[in-house]
Amino acid sequence: MDNNLTKIYNRSLKGPLIFFVVIMLLPFIFQSNNYILSTFIMIGFYSLVTTGLTLLIGYAGQISLGHAAFYGIGAYTSAYFTATLQMPSWIGILVGAIIASLVSLIIGIPVFKLKGHYLALATLGFGVIIFTFFKEWKTITGGLNGFFGIPPLSLFGISFSTDFQFYFLIWIFVFLGIFFARNIVQSRVGRALMSIHGSEIASEAIGININKYKLQIFVLSAVYASIAGSLYAHYVTFINPQLFEMMTSIYFLIMVVIGGIGNIWGGLIGAAIYVFLGELLKDIVPKIIPNASGEFEIVFFGVLLVVILIYMPNGISKAIFHFIKRITSNFKNKPVSAFSKKSTGSDIHD
Amino acid sequence: MTEETLLKVENLSKSFGGVNAVENVSFEVKKGEIVAVIGPNGAGKTTLFNLVTGVIPATSGKITFKGVSIIGKRPYQIASLGMTRTFQNLQVFNNMTVIENVMTGSHIRLKTGILSSGLRLPNVYKEEKEVMQKALQCLEQVGIADLAFERAETLPYGNQRLLEIARAVAAEPSFILLDEPMAGLNPQESRNLVNVLKNMRKQGMTFLFVEHDMETVMSIADKIVVLDYGKKIAEGTPEEISSNPKVIAAYLGEEEAI
Repeated sequence: MDNNLTKIYNRSLKGPLIFFVVIMLLPFIFQSNNYILSTFIMIGFYSLVTTGLTLLIGYAGQISLGHAAFYGIGAYTSAYFTATLQMPSWIGILVGAIIASLVSLIIGIPVFKLKGHYLALATLGFGVIIFTFFKEWKTITGGLNGFFGIPPLSLFGISFSTDFQFYFLIWIFVFLGIFFARNIVQSRVGRALMSIHGSEIASEAIGININKYKLQIFVLSAVYASIAGSLYAHYVTFINPQLFEMMTSIYFLIMVVIGGIGNIWGGLIGAAIYVFLGELLKDIVPKIIPNASGEFEIVFFGVLLVVILIYMPNGISKAIFHFIKRITSNFKNKPVSAFSKKSTGSDIHD
Repeated sequence: MTEETLLKVENLSKSFGGVNAVENVSFEVKKGEIVAVIGPNGAGKTTLFNLVTGVIPATSGKITFKGVSIIGKRPYQIASLGMTRTFQNLQVFNNMTVIENVMTGSHIRLKTGILSSGLRLPNVYKEEKEVMQKALQCLEQVGIADLAFERAETLPYGNQRLLEIARAVAAEPSFILLDEPMAGLNPQESRNLVNVLKNMRKQGMTFLFVEHDMETVMSIADKIVVLDYGKKIAEGTPEEISSNPKVIAAYLGEEEAI
């Protein structure tokens, strides 16, 4: 029997590398276009959050509607440590990640006794509690007035004050985050996570401590969100509690589902689709409905979520990967048969 | 074959409200034996399995496995002592391929944690190679190695049963519990499974299984435990059981009357 691991896991670096090079070349093309750069930077923040969430939701099958809280914890910790305490940026990021992991651990222990809708509601409630903290703990967060004057990010003696500089930083973080997550998925830990999604009772019967894994992946996803939040705070230099309220958590979830649960690139794809569609809507909707309020976004993404769940339960990333596969095999002049053996390529975990 | 006792169940009881699903049941399984638990529907067979594997807590009684009390232990802790199981209603991981299912079965034999896997430390690759090799062996043992890279959910029912067994074997347990392994299999698949189990026993595996198919039970069990209304009404070799009047009245008699 062939025991090549690549028959199970797609560990090829070709696709990701091409993508990475394209992403790294983009800012040179759009160097003077801050709109494009800032759009891509936003995609970067969201991708980092949704990649962590994909591990939790897509692989372990555990829902969270409270991740905006961890995003906010990262943002406020970085803001407080750099602006108020005048400490270096990396300390803010690190302390943010530590606080997020401790909070997620403390919350996770009771919350993961719940399943399904109850888990969703509990995490939602947690998000509301943390939002209230951001709002009311005025001595640290500045309350609803917001937190002003967060200094630009400075790491390794480099200050990332322009969009052009920041772009590279955030995307390097995104790629590192995706690779870390991909490595996890393609290992013993990833299989344990997926087995929890598949059947908790069978998972325990083969010796998997499901509570431990649920908790570990919840903490990891909180750290992803926290780091993204820290970077975000340095980028926008002003934050307020509304940025981290319930709707943000729901948008994170929508991104994950649109992109595709069960694919490690799904978070990035979902984030990109969310940001691009959001920008497009801001352009188009006022032309059609002149007095539309900002609420149309909620309606639109709500409808999109329902449509995706009905027609593409595996998300858009799956469709995109099939498409890429078809194009690349056309290039190699291999006939693509609709009846070709289905399981060999397309179900490999990217 | 040694006479070492692997599993010892003493005065085990479980009541759901006022219903005594399992009442004062005691029996032993020795190393290398195939023990069958039979009884009419609702006799408490699956409850007994769930008690032994820690899925539900016992009301009273003792269960010792390899000399260690496993009362109050979580299922994953019991599994790591070397006891795995299959399920009456299949619990295959549908979100994975066949081989990944079996590789997941090797979980307790591996070490990679979340950090070492995320950073892909050098030993991870070695471990993955080994676990894949091991999984292929387990699949070969049950005869479905050619389906290794199929999605688990695409397998026909009979092969999913074999997959569950391969997954249970991948943990290298000393004891496997099979909950109605023949249910839903056609006669040919059943015979195939009987051969698989017999081969595994030759390699030193111990089995406890619940089964309705009397032909299978009589052909492979060394010992049979008969339950009726939660109580043990008989225990013995297939010959003893098939001539036991109490058993015939409770179970075999009804079957033959149909």
